Amino acid sequence: MDESRFIDIEGVEMVFHTKKGVFHALREIDLKVAKGEFITLIGHSGCGKSTLLNLIAGLLQPSDGVLLCANREIAGPSPERSVVFQNHSLLPWLTCYENIYLGVERVFGKAESKAQLRERTLQALALVGLTHAETKRPNEISGGMKQRVGIARALAMEPKVLLMDEPFGALDALTRAHLQDELLKIVAATKSTVVMVTHDVDEAVLLSDRIVMMTNGPAATIGEIVEVQLDRPRDRVALAADARYMEYRTAVLEFLYRKQAHPAKEAA
Amino acid sequence: MNAMLKPDDGATALAADAANVTEAAPARRPRRPLAANSTARVRRQVSATVMKIIAPLVGAALLVAVWQLITVNNSTFPTPAATLAEAVKLFSDPFYRNSPNDQGIGWNLLASLQRVGVGFGLAALIGIPLGFLIGRVQFVGSMFGPIISLLKPVSPLAWLPIGLLVFKSANPAAIWSIFICSIWPMIINTAVGVQRVPQDYMNVARVLNLSEWKVLTKILLPSALPYILTGVRLSIGTAWLVIVAAEMLTGGVGIGFWLWDEWNNLNVPHIIIAIVSIGLVGLLLEQALMALARAFTYEQVSN
Repeated sequence: MDESRFIDIEGVEMVFHTKKGVFHALREIDLKVAKGEFITLIGHSGCGKSTLLNLIAGLLQPSDGVLLCANREIAGPSPERSVVFQNHSLLPWLTCYENIYLGVERVFGKAESKAQLRERTLQALALVGLTHAETKRPNEISGGMKQRVGIARALAMEPKVLLMDEPFGALDALTRAHLQDELLKIVAATKSTVVMVTHDVDEAVLLSDRIVMMTNGPAATIGEIVEVQLDRPRDRVALAADARYMEYRTAVLEFLYRKQAHPAKEAA
Repeated sequence: MNAMLKPDDGATALAADAANVTEAAPARRPRRPLAANSTARVRRQVSATVMKIIAPLVGAALLVAVWQLITVNNSTFPTPAATLAEAVKLFSDPFYRNSPNDQGIGWNLLASLQRVGVGFGLAALIGIPLGFLIGRVQFVGSMFGPIISLLKPVSPLAWLPIGLLVFKSANPAAIWSIFICSIWPMIINTAVGVQRVPQDYMNVARVLNLSEWKVLTKILLPSALPYILTGVRLSIGTAWLVIVAAEMLTGGVGIGFWLWDEWNNLNVPHIIIAIVSIGLVGLLLEQALMALARAFTYEQVSN
């Protein structure tokens, strides 16, 4: 298999038929993601970056074009492309352990014993440093902890691709930085392929191998792609003074605020 | 040296005392607002007690006073005192059995509760699964939607003749009326609860690729449970309303029949006692189900 095109998106169009009429969300999307690559999708709100992520997840079907993952067409959602949702989406009536176990059981339940499933669940909790929260319900833990459980649930299924929809968007800056560092470590350890939606420029530069910048909607498409050639492991404090870091940052800001001024400003 | 030290000691002791005083003073200062807080708290507690206990008592006293006034110039209407005496007599022996038509008020209430329990239980057994189907499968929803809309506004008593015709007996006919009136709120609330399961949870189910059984038990049921319990609460309220009326028509043992029987005997105190008893039982049913609903309500994700 060609590892440079692990996820292969070709000529994807997305048209929504709503009550208000036809809405052309995405046009001519072509993107190839290599195995083990960390991609962020960035753009102004309403540019369809979440739509693109949902297409890769299989939660939406494209109006035209093809999406492939490991050479197989993406026909629907699957645990092999697990999603970390923006609002964590943990089931409030289950404990942290049970939330993770639900996915683990589905993926490995047929082949493994109960003890092995339990071991996997506990490992996932340990990976995000939440062993102590095993028996807690989502309403008993903080927002950052909930998001970590969401990440643990996604990782516990050993997905081929980890899809993240603004996973840290609702968190305060310090918690966010902490989770970004943790994510970097986890991804380095698991060698996951990640596609992440964000609107945070620093987050994009810090985490990504490539930053995919999207033009404004309607009919949004991929505007430019920045390759971030910073060595890993990355350290946010050291990078703050790094000239290349500033360069990448400026490139993204340039795109977002010069070439693609905010749609609200254009309208005004 | 000792003599030299002594005044020094005294001085340090004094200084320590002074320090104690100065320490004590700022320690005492914040106590004043604390004390003010505590009096405010006491005041709040007093006003809460007034609202919770005194006000309802004043309301009850007012009702009794109006009742007393009515009885002044009306000899057919019993006074509150006479009714209370009668109630004490009735409830001192609620479970006697002289003949099928002469039984204690306890038996009558239990007979009504049993009918409600059976009719309501059957309605839950059929209504909740049907609600799930209607909420989950659009075709089934469209299939039953118009029928439910048509039959829901019909008084359950209108179904009583059908019950009598089919079952050829009063007791199952009364249960049938309860069944009919209980089933609509349960079907509708369950269906709405299932339809309103947050899309996020359904996306989780799709990404995890959960089986339909897991979706039902781990997502739909817990998420719809508060709605289902609301349906149950509405149903049991209506069922308790309907049983009294149904029993007046069908006869036998039951609080509704007992009330009508006492009207035929012109025993007005008993009628009033029956009304209050029906109200109390209804209140207890409602409170019990509210407590149940609270125990099963979870914080949903916000979007």
